[in-house]
Amino acid sequence: MGILINKDTRVLCQGITGQAGSFHTERMLEYGTKLVAGVTPGKGGTMHHNVPVFDNVLDAMTKTGANVSVIFVPAPFATDAIIEAADAGIELVVCITEGIPTLDMIRVKKYISNKQTRLIGPNCPGIITPGACKIGIMPGYIHKPGHVGVVSRSGTLTYEAVWQLTRRGIGQSTCLGIGGDPIVGIDFAEALRLFQDDHETRAMIMIGEIGGSAEEEAATIIQKEITKPVVGFIAGRTAPQGKRMGHAGAIISGGKGTAGSKISALKNAGVTIADSPADIGETVARVLRQTGMLNITKNEMDL
Amino acid sequence: MKLFEFQAKNILKEYGVCIPRGKAITRDMDASKAFQEIGCSRCVVKAQILSGGRGKSGGIQFVTSPEETKACVASMLGSYLVTHQTGQKGTEITYVLIEEALSIKKELYLAITIDRCLQTPMLIASAEGGMEIEEVAKRTPEKIIKIPIDIFFGIHFFQTRRLTSQLSISGTLATTLHILIANLFDVFVENDCSLLEINPLAVTARDEIYAVDAKMDIDDNALYRHPEFNQFLPFQDASPTEALARKYRLSYISLEGNIGCLVNGAGLAMATMDIIKLHGGEPANFLDVGGDASPEQVMQAFKIILSDPKVKAILINIFGGIMKCDVIASGIIQAINEVGIHIPLVIRLEGTNVEVAKKILDNSGLKITTAKDMKEAASLVVSKVL
Repeated sequence: MGILINKDTRVLCQGITGQAGSFHTERMLEYGTKLVAGVTPGKGGTMHHNVPVFDNVLDAMTKTGANVSVIFVPAPFATDAIIEAADAGIELVVCITEGIPTLDMIRVKKYISNKQTRLIGPNCPGIITPGACKIGIMPGYIHKPGHVGVVSRSGTLTYEAVWQLTRRGIGQSTCLGIGGDPIVGIDFAEALRLFQDDHETRAMIMIGEIGGSAEEEAATIIQKEITKPVVGFIAGRTAPQGKRMGHAGAIISGGKGTAGSKISALKNAGVTIADSPADIGETVARVLRQTGMLNITKNEMDL
Repeated sequence: MKLFEFQAKNILKEYGVCIPRGKAITRDMDASKAFQEIGCSRCVVKAQILSGGRGKSGGIQFVTSPEETKACVASMLGSYLVTHQTGQKGTEITYVLIEEALSIKKELYLAITIDRCLQTPMLIASAEGGMEIEEVAKRTPEKIIKIPIDIFFGIHFFQTRRLTSQLSISGTLATTLHILIANLFDVFVENDCSLLEINPLAVTARDEIYAVDAKMDIDDNALYRHPEFNQFLPFQDASPTEALARKYRLSYISLEGNIGCLVNGAGLAMATMDIIKLHGGEPANFLDVGGDASPEQVMQAFKIILSDPKVKAILINIFGGIMKCDVIASGIIQAINEVGIHIPLVIRLEGTNVEVAKKILDNSGLKITTAKDMKEAASLVVSKVL
């Protein structure tokens, strides 16, 4: 099952004929994702990787029944792409694009606030329900179907954590990258709530980093509403103040947004923190054993 | 991107915000003439640096004659100003701003920033202007007023009316203040700012409102649509290394330690710095080659790290998803063959084509230590500098 996407999800790719869109469309199709349409203005009526291309999202949705969009459109045009998809009534937009101006994202969030569309990203690797549907750029082979929900602000750090889990026989229900920008769609709190309500998910990992207060806000929700075990890792304990560490949202401003404050808030909410990035998998295994969810002899999660 | 005070003020002026009469001076310009042209008996000379804290470090001086101005400017330009925000070496002063010294009745604080939690622009105001706002926030948080500004509407007049009473300024100033805030919001939005800070915002004896200082940070993601800011780019680089990193679109930040890091992905790069520290080492830099870096970028990144004299060992940590490990390995070998390496190198590769990559490294004949996971990698590289 997992959250938000499953084996029946029908995906359309905005920017399918661009370099990144084309490459990743092939990878998604290889994984078994039902990628049923592409959208590139001006290329409607053509085929790309055996997928029909449309001039706009509404046409693509009407003709193919696509219900989720993945956006590989460059930053200057990505805002328009997100709004177009929301306007067409798509359920979920997964925006991979990095480099969208912050004020544009503020406008986008306001625009979609009264629409039925959910947004993941931008500047994210995407979302994958292993064995069922991969939407984004993550390497499919490191994932394994299972019962741990993963939500993260990172890309490759998420792969590191997922790989540590898979190698221990611990599978994932859904892995969701919320993105590295200061203004994003679905955040930790919303993702954790979705995992809490998902029958398939038995435990969660959240991978945060410096900047902003999303982890602290999640801590409040975890305390009030989350009963499933949560493991956390926060990157950037050693980051200096005032410098943007790669991600647009990874910056400690005026002393706010430090790893220390996030770790503190999460620990107080009952989250088990992995101190080292190399120990994320082991920490999860330990928590699962303690809660009786890990079958020690088989080293796989009980169903 | 950060703007110098004088650059920010020039923009504010275009939007109808009152700024003191002044002139930006750099080397080979006539400072004493500038004093005379301003035509004020008392001026202030302000060092233009991109960090804060200059007031407490002698970066702001008052002058009352052309000769005094000339001497003051000469002593500042080319010297290094050390403040609590610059680090030990300080920042070279390449520009100063000479301005009329205003007769100030009251100092306010006004800023527009992005509130990440509420996902809206936020107006921050305080009657405690002219002071370090973080100090005010710590000691007297009730003196900080926050007003969300709707991205589409801008500031509403009722919001400004409420603000004037909270700031204990006369209601007659409300209109002037409202126009000013509306103008500042236009500056903020049209220039894609991440921060616009006026501290102090001064009310003069004649009830005029002036921006006496201005700090303007631009959203780096928006620079593509502001070609007018390209001229400010060279001022951003703290060092030639950072300029080089920017040229090859690498995310690079110099730190104090001696273990160079090269990683793909910002989160993983931060985590790599963290794990080095956990094992008793000190990272020399943050460097993210990006999730889909080209072999050329990997090579340039490697060269940048090697050019840092502080670096005594290097750790390369790559999790290749789209990035193929064998491509990385070949890029590293090529770099080593081009520039040579005389310090220990620990490489941890994982992901697509990792086995092929390991063979390439093993067969290179170069002294490379490979690690199977992050823990081993950190432990090995730290042991090589101790």
